[in-house]
Amino acid sequence: MMNDFLQIPLLQILPAGKGSALALLLIPLLPLAGFLLLGIFGRKHIKNASGVISTGLLVVSASLSLYTAYSYFFDYGKVDGVYQKFIAVQYTWLQFSPGVSIDMGILLDPISVMMLVVVSFISLMVHIYSLGYMKGEERFATYYAFLGLFTFSMLGLVVASNLFQLYIFWELVGVSSFLLIGFYYNKPSAVAACKKAFIVTRFADLGFLIGILILSFHAETLDFNTLIQRLTIDGSHQLHTANTSMFLGASALTWGAILIFIGGAGKSAMFPLHIWLPDAMEGPTPVSALIHAATMVVAGVYLVARMYPVFSMSNGAMHVVTIVGIFSALFAAVIACTQTDIKRILAYSTMSQIGFMMFALGVSGENLFEGSLNYSNLGAGYTGSMFHLFTHAIFKALLFLGAGSVIHFIHSNDIKDMGGLRKYLPVTHITFLIACLAISGVPPFAGFFSKEEIMLAAWQHDKMVYYIALFTSGLTAFYMFRLYFSIFWNKGAIVHGEHHGEGGFAMMLPLILLAVGAITAGFIPFGNFITADGKPLPAEFHWQFSIAPVAMALSGIFSALWLYKNENNKPAAIVKTFDGFYKVVYNKFYIDELYLFITKKVLFNLVGRPAAWFDKNIVNGLVNGAGNTTLFISEKIKGFQSGKVQQYAIYFLAGVISLVVLFIYIWHPV
Amino acid sequence: MEPGLNQLLFISTALFFIGVFGFFTRRNLITMLMSIELVLNSVNLNFIAFNKYLWPNKMDGLFFSIFIIAIAASEAAVAIAIIINLYRSHHSIDVSTAEEMKF
Repeated sequence: MMNDFLQIPLLQILPAGKGSALALLLIPLLPLAGFLLLGIFGRKHIKNASGVISTGLLVVSASLSLYTAYSYFFDYGKVDGVYQKFIAVQYTWLQFSPGVSIDMGILLDPISVMMLVVVSFISLMVHIYSLGYMKGEERFATYYAFLGLFTFSMLGLVVASNLFQLYIFWELVGVSSFLLIGFYYNKPSAVAACKKAFIVTRFADLGFLIGILILSFHAETLDFNTLIQRLTIDGSHQLHTANTSMFLGASALTWGAILIFIGGAGKSAMFPLHIWLPDAMEGPTPVSALIHAATMVVAGVYLVARMYPVFSMSNGAMHVVTIVGIFSALFAAVIACTQTDIKRILAYSTMSQIGFMMFALGVSGENLFEGSLNYSNLGAGYTGSMFHLFTHAIFKALLFLGAGSVIHFIHSNDIKDMGGLRKYLPVTHITFLIACLAISGVPPFAGFFSKEEIMLAAWQHDKMVYYIALFTSGLTAFYMFRLYFSIFWNKGAIVHGEHHGEGGFAMMLPLILLAVGAITAGFIPFGNFITADGKPLPAEFHWQFSIAPVAMALSGIFSALWLYKNENNKPAAIVKTFDGFYKVVYNKFYIDELYLFITKKVLFNLVGRPAAWFDKNIVNGLVNGAGNTTLFISEKIKGFQSGKVQQYAIYFLAGVISLVVLFIYIWHPV
Repeated sequence: MEPGLNQLLFISTALFFIGVFGFFTRRNLITMLMSIELVLNSVNLNFIAFNKYLWPNKMDGLFFSIFIIAIAASEAAVAIAIIINLYRSHHSIDVSTAEEMKF
């Protein structure tokens, strides 16, 4: 099982004089400070300044992240040509026994540093954008407080140095996501959506927790570096026990990895735990951009990448990751082609792209299939996945912020209400087009490079996965351009209400910055920085794998152009041809209904009602019975306490006499 | 004629039961107090009688009597204080009027 690329560089403490632990601590703590400040004083005292305050804090935080990334990648991170893992800060929080403790720490390695930049940068963009988008909102300060809480939790999650810390922040991002989805709490649909998101992800987190317990039980530690080392080095007794203790035909290692993946799948909206993501679009649009597109939903991918060496020890777990990833990618892309709510289309597109990242991780393990003997690119999927995570964060945030501009302008989410907006929203139009080209994988935009890397990995691993991914990327281009043409071209503009233009500078600046990112991010030589083993990946550029995806993307774009550029009845005719299938897809394959059926009909009737009956009759019966018996007896004997002093005296006398009789005539002790 | 032990015990027993009877049947607190005194005095009489007829050369019984008299005096003081308080609150020293402390 053991491969060279699984060798983990030895853990090192941050070299003296290189990078400051305080600066690192400030990155997550500044948004936390913003949250506390605005949460306590925001509503009364600094309501109007709250946006500027927390944006200012985020500017500092983002600059520190960039500085950290720069100094890590170009200064101290690389030792002997291999990127090292550093524990920059370590604090023992709960010490259970000399060997077992829960720590709080900051772990620096290529992916955590990359995620620091992504999270703080996208969060900063969203903070700036919200200055314009949320202007005049009643709970403006609360909104920024929640954003601060989320940013803090997400940054804490990515730098977590052990599984338990990651789990704590994992739940914290869940809470902040819950709070932000339900931000418009007087809207019943938003309330339902936030509950749904919380319950579904909590359900998945149960799996995650059990996975943590299994893996840490076998590895006898929670710390990432130690855990990974113990579970991947050949001949370690921890690996031996984890591999040999079987349950239902799979080893403990496989079970642990799969359960952890379930947690990740819940957070990352993988099938069949995806149902919360489209509903989560009830939150404010900038929140969707930040949490439900760019950062939080990729936490599952990040988790798998973080535990990647452990996953790669188990073929079963890697298979599960691959299959769930590729299936979700295709499934969501098909649904996205039929939806009409702009944010829901983007939500399904997010799910589909995360599916790409997931299966890229899944296929980057050993080559298990015949005909793929090229071992030089082991771990290519890992790099591709992280690369796609990075570029996707940029262009998906851009898409959502652009959608926010459109919604801001037209006051509707439905693409049927839109059309011909290119004249009214020139900046949004251009940036949205760039983002669509990027997500479709058209060179030279960012998505092309990352997707090409994933395709390569898929090709080398399993042809079937490759073909599905190829088809899905064609669908991606189709539904993105269907959205684009429906918004900006198609029928003439129906502009009603006041003409407040495109939104101020605050809303345009993030769009432009992110568009620049979506154009240029692809040229970053990712393989040099982020690889499974820390060593640079040999830079390979396979034109033969680039041509097919690009051709698919272009055909998707042109069919969208043909169908949606101008108003016509071709789409309706196609719908008519595939009537039954279209209906199933439009209703999202009835997954929601299936869940409702399982919970409401099956679970409620088979578990809920018997449990309620047991509670009402048996449990309550016991408790009430005890009470009633006491009441009955006391009712009978309470007359003794009559208040009449002479009666008491008679009882007393009777007692004395009976004791005397007892001791003298009946009972003779000794 | 000098009374014998039997006569004294008879009187003391009679006093005891008169006291007990009075304590149980009277409603007037002062009468009840007086009944208790009767009971105590019957005990005194017992002590003295047994002292005199069984251990004539010892003084223990006499000492006990003196103790009981002292205790009876202090008990009477406490009881009368209670009675006065009861009178203040209920305007009566009838025990049947003070039955509030019940279930």
